[in-house]
Amino acid sequence: MTISKTSLFTRQELIGFIVLAVVIFVLLPLALDNFRLNLFGKYLTYAFVAIGLVLCWGAGGILSLGQGVFFGLGGYCMAMFLKLEASTPENTSIQSTPGIPDFMDWNQLTELPSWWVPFYSLTFSLVAVVIVPVIFAFIIGVAMFRRRVGGVYFAIITQAFAAILTILIIGQQGYTGGVNGITDLRTLKGWDIRTDEAKEVLYYVNGVLLFVVLVIAQFVRKSKLGRILIAMRDQEDRVRFSGYDVAGFKIFIFCLGAAFAGIGGAMFTLQVGFMSPTLVGIVPSIEMVIFCAVGGRLSILGAVYGALLVNWAKTTFSESFPELWLFGLGGLFIAVVMLFPNGLAGVWSEKIMPRIAGLMEGRKPTAKPLVAPSPKEKEAA
Amino acid sequence: MFSDYSMSELGAIFAMQGFAGLILFSVFVLMALGLAIIFGQMGVINMAHGEFMILGAYVTYFVSNFFSAFLPGLFPAYFFVAMILAFFASGALGLLVEWSIIRHLYKRPLDTLLATWGLSLILQQFYRSVFGAREVGVTIPNWMMGSMPVTDLIEVPINGIFVMILAVSISLCVYVMMFRSRWGKQVRAINQNRVMAGAVGINTEWTDRLTFGIGCGVAGVAGSAFTMIGSTGPTSGQLYIVDTFLVVVFGGAGSILGTIASAFSISQAQSIMEFFLSGSMAKVLTLLVVVGILMIRPQGLFSLKLRK
Repeated sequence: MTISKTSLFTRQELIGFIVLAVVIFVLLPLALDNFRLNLFGKYLTYAFVAIGLVLCWGAGGILSLGQGVFFGLGGYCMAMFLKLEASTPENTSIQSTPGIPDFMDWNQLTELPSWWVPFYSLTFSLVAVVIVPVIFAFIIGVAMFRRRVGGVYFAIITQAFAAILTILIIGQQGYTGGVNGITDLRTLKGWDIRTDEAKEVLYYVNGVLLFVVLVIAQFVRKSKLGRILIAMRDQEDRVRFSGYDVAGFKIFIFCLGAAFAGIGGAMFTLQVGFMSPTLVGIVPSIEMVIFCAVGGRLSILGAVYGALLVNWAKTTFSESFPELWLFGLGGLFIAVVMLFPNGLAGVWSEKIMPRIAGLMEGRKPTAKPLVAPSPKEKEAA
Repeated sequence: MFSDYSMSELGAIFAMQGFAGLILFSVFVLMALGLAIIFGQMGVINMAHGEFMILGAYVTYFVSNFFSAFLPGLFPAYFFVAMILAFFASGALGLLVEWSIIRHLYKRPLDTLLATWGLSLILQQFYRSVFGAREVGVTIPNWMMGSMPVTDLIEVPINGIFVMILAVSISLCVYVMMFRSRWGKQVRAINQNRVMAGAVGINTEWTDRLTFGIGCGVAGVAGSAFTMIGSTGPTSGQLYIVDTFLVVVFGGAGSILGTIASAFSISQAQSIMEFFLSGSMAKVLTLLVVVGILMIRPQGLFSLKLRK
C-alpha cells in the first residue's frame, strides 16, 4: 500500500476541511465582534485537546481523564516565559525584590528558583510547551501501557494525576502563583498581547496551528499506524499476537495527544492572558472529554466543532441562565453517551449525509459514512 | 524535624495523628465500601458516588431538624433513624439510576464513567437549587460531643470513635451480605461468569439492579456518618471521589478486605505526614506513592485470582 498525497484526504474529507477553514477564517471573523472572536479563539485552544482525544480515545481506545494536565503544562510553560518578560526590574520596582514575578515576592521569595531561569529564553519555552507534556505523557505511558494497564484503570489513574498536579500548583504558591495562577501577562518579545489587534492576530495564529495539528492527525489516521490503532482498540490481543508492540503504539499516540494539548494550553495562555490551576484539574479534564464526545469521538473535524459548540453553549447559558448550565451539561453527557455515541459527526454521517446525497443525486444513497464504519465495512475498505 | 520534640511528645503526636488518621480511615472505608461493591463486583464506574453520599448527608440534616422541632425528647437517637432513611433514599435513587441509565451501558464501562459524571453534575446543581449553595451542618447530640482523655497528653474525640464504630459495623454488614447471604452468592457468581449464572437461574438483571442500589445505599449511610465530623455542601461529594476510587483500585477491585487495608494505609500515611509537611504536600506525596505502587502492581494490594 502506498501513501501518496492524494490518498491523505478523500473528496468528502477535503470538503470537510475546506468548510471548517471557511468557518474559522471567514465566517466567524465576519460575524463576530472583537470580544466574541477572542472567546472563540479561546474555544479553539480547547479544540487542540479534543483532536488529541480523538486519536487517543476514539482511534486508540485509551480514555485519558488527565488531558488538563498536559494542557496546563503547556500553558504554564508559556505563562512562565511571559511572566518573566513582564517582571522586569523597572516594572517590579515597588517589590522588595525587584525583577522576580510578583507572586514570588508576595510569598517572601528573594530570588528566582533555578528551574524558572531557562524560561527567560523564548526558544526554550516554545520547545518546553511541547516537550514537557510529552515527557510526562511518556513516563505515564511507559509505566502504564508496558504493564498492560488500560481502560478504566488508566482513566482513574490519569484522573489522579490531574488531582495531584492541581493540589501541587495550589499548594506551592510561591513557585507557581497558587490558586490565582500566573496572571498579568503583558508582552511577547515586546509585542503587547493585550490589545484587540493582538487578540485578533492570535486568533488567526490559533486557526493556522489548528490546521497544522488537524493535518498531522489526519496523516496519523490514514497511515498504517492509524489502522493498527483501530485494530488495537477492537482486538488488542489479536494485534499483540500478530507481533506488533501494542504498548509502543499506545505510548506514541498518548504522547502525541499530550503534545497537541500542550500547544493548546500555550495558545490559551496567549489568547486569554493567564493560566491557572482551574484549567488543569479533574473538572476541566473531563469537560475536555465531553467536547470530544459531543463532536464525535471518531472524527477530528467533529471534535473541533464539538469544542466550539459546547463552549459557546456554556458561555451563552452561563451568561443568561447560570442555574441551568450544569443541568444542561450533565444532560449533554448522558444524552451523548446514551443516544449519540458517535457525537455530532456520527449524526451527520449516519443520518444527514445519506439524505443529502440521496437528494442531490436523486437515487439510492451511496455515501459512505465519514466515521465509524462497521467492522465489515472497515475490512472492505 | 524530630529534634524539636521530646520522646513523649513525639509519641503523643503519633498517637493523636494516628487517631485522626483512623477517623479519615473510617470515612474512606465508608465511602469506598459502596464503590467496592459497584465497581469491584459490577465493573461500573460511578462518578456520582459522592453525590449519593451527599444525599445521605442531606437526609440526616433534615431528620435532625425534624427531630429537634417535633420530637425533642428523642433527639439523642435521631441519628439512627437518619441512617436508615439515608440508606433507603440513596438506595432508591440508585435503583432508579440503574434502571434509567446504567443498565444500557454495561458493555461500555468508559461510557458509564461519562454518563455518571453528567449525573453528578445534575445532582450537584439540584442540591444547589433546592438546598442552597451554603454548607449545612447538623446539630450533634450531646452524648457525642466532647472528647475522652486517654493519657494527659492524648485526647480522642467521641464523635470520631462513633464514626469508627460505625465504619467497623457497616464493613461487617457488607461482609456478611457479600459472603453469607444469598444475594452475595449471586453477585459473586455473576461476577465470575454472567452467562453461566443466568443459565442456572439467577435473575442477573435484578441482581445487578439490587447490587447497584445497595452500593448507593451504603454511600448514603457513609454520607450520614459524614455529617458527624464535617459540614455538607452541594459539591462536597466531588472532593472525595478521586480519593475513593484510588482506595478501591489500590486495594484491588473486588476485594473488600483489600479496600479496607488500602483505606487504612492511605489514611494513616496522609494524616501522619500532614503533621510534618503542609496538608497539600502530604496529600500530593500520598497520591504519588499510591499511583506509583499501582504502576508497579496494577492489580492492587489484594487481587482475586480470577480468569477473565
